[in-house]
Amino acid sequence: MKKVLIIGATSSIATACARLWAEQGNEFFLVARNNEKLEQTAADLRARGAKAVTLHNMEATDFAAHPAMLASCLGSLQQIDIALIAHGTLPDQKACEQDVGMALQEFSNNGTSVIALMTLLANQFERQHCGTLAVISSVAGDRGRPSNYLYGTAKAAVSTFCEGLRARLFKVGVHVIDIRPGFVDTPMTQGLPLPAALVAKPEQVAHRIVKGIEHKVDVLYTPGFWALIMTIIKSIPGVIFKRINI
Amino acid sequence: MSRPLYSWGCYPHAPQTAHVCSWRSEVEALRDGVVATHGSTLPYGNGRSYGDSCLAASDQVLHIPAMDRFIRVDWQQGTVQAEAGVTLAEILAIAIPQGWFLSVTPGTQFATLGGAIANDVHGKNHHLRGTFGKHVHSFGLLRHGQELLTCSPTENTELYAASIGGLGLTGVIIWAKIQLMPIRSCQIDSTVVRFDNLAGFFALSAELDHQHEYSVAWIDCLAKGAKTGRGVFIIGDHACYGSLEVDERQKLHVPLTPPVSLINNLSLRAFNEAYWRMHPATRARKWSSYEPFFYPLDRILHWNRIYGRKGFQQYQCVIPDAVAEVAMRELLAAIADSGQGSFLAVLKRCGNIISPGLLSFPLPGTSLALDFPHTADLAALFLRLDAIVHEAGGRLYPAKDAHMSGSDFRQAYPAWEQLEALRDPSLMSRFWKRVTA
Repeated sequence: MKKVLIIGATSSIATACARLWAEQGNEFFLVARNNEKLEQTAADLRARGAKAVTLHNMEATDFAAHPAMLASCLGSLQQIDIALIAHGTLPDQKACEQDVGMALQEFSNNGTSVIALMTLLANQFERQHCGTLAVISSVAGDRGRPSNYLYGTAKAAVSTFCEGLRARLFKVGVHVIDIRPGFVDTPMTQGLPLPAALVAKPEQVAHRIVKGIEHKVDVLYTPGFWALIMTIIKSIPGVIFKRINI
Repeated sequence: MSRPLYSWGCYPHAPQTAHVCSWRSEVEALRDGVVATHGSTLPYGNGRSYGDSCLAASDQVLHIPAMDRFIRVDWQQGTVQAEAGVTLAEILAIAIPQGWFLSVTPGTQFATLGGAIANDVHGKNHHLRGTFGKHVHSFGLLRHGQELLTCSPTENTELYAASIGGLGLTGVIIWAKIQLMPIRSCQIDSTVVRFDNLAGFFALSAELDHQHEYSVAWIDCLAKGAKTGRGVFIIGDHACYGSLEVDERQKLHVPLTPPVSLINNLSLRAFNEAYWRMHPATRARKWSSYEPFFYPLDRILHWNRIYGRKGFQQYQCVIPDAVAEVAMRELLAAIADSGQGSFLAVLKRCGNIISPGLLSFPLPGTSLALDFPHTADLAALFLRLDAIVHEAGGRLYPAKDAHMSGSDFRQAYPAWEQLEALRDPSLMSRFWKRVTA
């Protein structure tokens, strides 16, 4: 049985992962900012086989609340086998270009808050000498694109942070996985003009994440074909990249 | 981003725009937004209704499948309470390991809980357990301008009856609590035997139905003359010995829609002949998992695509017992004459258990269901079939229908006016508009 901490537990991808872990009879500590959604998610996981589910209300950007959350999590789980950081928002790029306050808030939602949580969790994992820290970044972090470079920047920061932290924690037997989903059919992407053929279901993405965690993959593109797409996109020279809109 | 939605038969070809409901608390605001812009809407589950009953008159639907959380399960009593978008497959996935099974299951496990109630679906055990609605303890119904109502046999009883088989028109079903039935294993002990003609079917049905939980027959809809109505009779029971495991075999996939139907007279005749001959003339027993027994077609995802871009229509009628054999003979003769039809022709005796639903389809008698690729000639054949059904006092199944006349519908379902009176004014389907106009 594993003990699983999920931050941003009511997001579609997190829920889909949690369902797979629930079937295995695992124990959960779920963190999110909406109590009603948390309770509905917990009831679902219990019905699907979760051994125990504890809930914690927290705003991810409320940095002062992070240590109390971790203390409460350890109080109920004792140790963390898997920590999944899954919270995030999809900023309105155009609005962020005109409003510095909004841009920094969005950067905090997707970047700083994740880094803060990883910093805190890293020390716990270092004490434990075991466990996996899984973080959902994005393919958007691989390249800065005019349509969403603020989001991409935050995700790139998270990915780089993951890489450094992975090298640090590897030495003590802790694994850090950087999960980079492509387009996923979730409430966050609703209404966006995405190419339907490239949009994956959260369940598909979750299967790959759960497997990736088991196999200690370092960087996981999901669905897998995004590894190929991003290899191509990353290879486009800057002089061409600045002239195209993708 | 989201692809347009269609009904299972892809006919009528009316693309639906999905408005996705993810959480129970969000449905009301979402519905009000759609209604304010487009006039009306309709809840849409997994799109397993064949005709236009799942299509909104405004072509703007509330897409329910993301509301797929379990709320409460009780493995002592065998009850499951879940959001309306949970599929029957998901219920089986958690219920089977605990020794429970759906009391009634239709021929696909990909229908949603809400859809199963709204169409009051039935299955191979109708003769023993009635329809799906018979096993619904309660559900939460969201109606325009009202608080979320709990409907059950003792609370809001009128809406309870109207919503079971109510085609999603009485309100949005948000959650439901259903009764499961205990099983000792997930395997099915089945017996198959072929029969030479329609009389053979009725003889087998009379002899075997009451002794077995499940009973159904496949028939060769193209066989003529003395062979009219020949087919394969299948009965089954939950095995006493076996395992309690969820079937997770690999699914096949029809990747794209061919420009024309792959089902034509030639392929059909060959298939039907071979299929009939493949089955034993004397009773043969089999022990198989539940999936191939209940859901053979679920193994092939998107099988509806084989009918090509024009889509297909299913014709499902039920004929009262007194005249069933005579009327079935006429129906099958008309179909064989036309040379149209499909290998998915199903004959089933329905029992006399009354559903709580106002507009429930089954009645004590025999039900015939078969698929037809959509062609220009189909309308003439359907007219002929409709006349026979009408004459025999039978009726068609709204969940499968894209053609029945308003007058036939209103005559066959006299309770339609009660449903219309209880309909949530913010909800309207293409079907309802067509048959009540």
